[in-house]
Amino acid sequence: MRKFLFLLEKEFKQIVRNRIILAMIIALPTIQLAILPHAATYEIRHINLSVVDSDRSSFSTALIEKLSASRYFNLVAVETSYEKALKLVEEGEAHLVLEIPHHFEKDLRLNGHTGLMISVDAVDGTMGSIGSSYLNRILQDFAIERMENLDIVPTTDKAVAPRIEVVPQYRYNPQLDYKTYMVPGILVMLLTLVGGILAALNIVSEKEQGTLEQINVSPIPKQTYLLAKIIPFWIIGLLMLGIGLIIARVMYHIVPTGSLLTLYLFAAIYVMAFTGFGLLISVAAKTQQQSMFIAFFFLLIFFLMGGLFTPISSMPYWAQVITWFNPTAYLIEVVRLIVMKGSGFLDLLPQFFCICGFAVVFNVWAIFGYNKTA
Amino acid sequence: MTPFSAFVKKEFLHIFRDKQTMLILLLMPVVQILLFGFAITTEIQNTSVVVLDECKTEESRALVEKIGSGQYFDVVQYIESNRDIEAVFKKGEVKMALVIPQDWSKNIGTWQEAPLQLIVDASNPNEAGILTGYLQSIVSQQSGLTPMIDVKTRMLYNPQLKSAYTFVPGVIGLVLMLICTLMTSVSIVREKEIGTLEVLLVSPSKPLHIILSKTVPYFVIALINIITIILLSTFVFGVPIRGSIALLFGVCITYIFASLALGLFISTVSKTQQVAMIISLMGLMLPTVLLAGLLFPIENMPLPLQWISNIVPATWFIDMTKAIMIKGVGFGFIWKQWIILLGMTILFIGLSVKRFNIRLS
Repeated sequence: MRKFLFLLEKEFKQIVRNRIILAMIIALPTIQLAILPHAATYEIRHINLSVVDSDRSSFSTALIEKLSASRYFNLVAVETSYEKALKLVEEGEAHLVLEIPHHFEKDLRLNGHTGLMISVDAVDGTMGSIGSSYLNRILQDFAIERMENLDIVPTTDKAVAPRIEVVPQYRYNPQLDYKTYMVPGILVMLLTLVGGILAALNIVSEKEQGTLEQINVSPIPKQTYLLAKIIPFWIIGLLMLGIGLIIARVMYHIVPTGSLLTLYLFAAIYVMAFTGFGLLISVAAKTQQQSMFIAFFFLLIFFLMGGLFTPISSMPYWAQVITWFNPTAYLIEVVRLIVMKGSGFLDLLPQFFCICGFAVVFNVWAIFGYNKTA
Repeated sequence: MTPFSAFVKKEFLHIFRDKQTMLILLLMPVVQILLFGFAITTEIQNTSVVVLDECKTEESRALVEKIGSGQYFDVVQYIESNRDIEAVFKKGEVKMALVIPQDWSKNIGTWQEAPLQLIVDASNPNEAGILTGYLQSIVSQQSGLTPMIDVKTRMLYNPQLKSAYTFVPGVIGLVLMLICTLMTSVSIVREKEIGTLEVLLVSPSKPLHIILSKTVPYFVIALINIITIILLSTFVFGVPIRGSIALLFGVCITYIFASLALGLFISTVSKTQQVAMIISLMGLMLPTVLLAGLLFPIENMPLPLQWISNIVPATWFIDMTKAIMIKGVGFGFIWKQWIILLGMTILFIGLSVKRFNIRLS
């Protein structure tokens, strides 16, 4: 036990003396939480739009006005031909082209029905489909408004058609704010980076400097040594989570609806799992460059396959199977459930056992992999 | 053998002997392309839905069947009361609950409106919005209502909305940055740390040759990676190269130079490998992933972030690659971006040469 305390003291001193790590503990959560939620957004606004107006009627003018007033679109230009508008798309100046046909107003007045053409720059698929669906909604609103203004009863036999309406109610995030969704995920990213990268670099740097040799020839058992390595990162991780939660509260007014205790319990086990993972890399690698690269390779997969940016449910089945072996996927889900929906510990039992499993496997593997004679 | 080529040979040997890193360097683009292309889709399919059917008529059953039969929704469970909705949502599987009120089918076909209630888990707002839209269109199809303005949508360049079209240029940008900048800077700083750089610098060979020779192997690996990525994206994902291949490679090589120059610059400002890694990762990787338009459209970001994205080299590279590969435009459309990227390269080479001299004196 005394040996262990001395080792622990050594690790803490090394960390506190290392300015970079200290700076990272403060700067990482601040910078990430300040920048990421704003950058990582699929909330689509200000789509550059160009209009080809072949009608030049009061209707088309009113429509263009309505579009340029909308916060979803930026009207770049009103062109006279499709070719000119397409050139704007090729230059990257516009993403959507709306063609208002000749007889737009006439058709709408007389028949209560008309057609339109939208061309979407679909190089970015999401932006394309969301942009065109916004545009569609505005167009339908416009048609209804016009009809009501003019008091025109459309000649199509609408009375026979049943009127079914869907009334959506958005739970947990009624403002549909993307930041509320991203912030919990970013908290998990922080915990992963602490465990994964810092721990991965730690033993290897002792290897490179040659100080590991001295520990190896000392009578310290390897479990004790590794445990003393894990505990500082574990504390750093939980500290960072605390800082992250405070920033989330101050900057984004996000307060976990569920219990903080459950959140911390999950975080504690998760950081334990990831320091184990980091140590495992550290034990396997010979140089810091190697360990960094391996850590980075896996972390990227963990994040991409963890549902941080894109929902797991929309991945193909085989990819969903891969995510079962991804600890990050479980924690991202758990943190979102606790922070946004206030799920309790009992709702999250399956995830709890999985994360515990990862913690045990990684750490035991690291201890067995560590070889004093190497 | 000239001194320079001897140094280049030494660097190649360093890399070839480190089998693990070598493997990762060559595999990384493959894994990334496969992950991005197959797994990271933003299309939404097979969402789990629960139904609270208080109406229990033929019409309501037909509606539920219609909703479950499409590719977007799976009706997983019928629930009995409003209270169950909260419980299933908290488990996290189910994203949507459809409530069909008691007198719903009575109102169909009359002048009365027949509202359906939809409760959506909006923790992911984007998904919630898209799902509501899907359901609304299924319901209005079922009711046989035609909209007043019939909109035809033409998806240019990418009619099937494949996500690979968006990701491939971005992944090239990411991988090249990782290999050229991170690896170059770390491998130079590593020699600084172990002290072998000092030995080389006091030798009669030119310092410039020593440093430049470090960049040659990474240049070669970067080229191999580009070819792997392009082959994979063409043959596995069917991403076209509509523009000129020569132009594409020209742009890639400019970007490789920019990344190498950045790597050199980082190596001149950092004393330890850890510092070099942190600068490369935090200062370059994160901005490249987040701000360069790889995953998220730049137009949606707040203005200060858009300014930052302008100084990230990958932004210009990804923009050009998308234009060449997917839109098939010529040099006339991208010369502005190219000049900017070239300017950045020259700037970083200049800065590193300056720093390098200072350190020697």
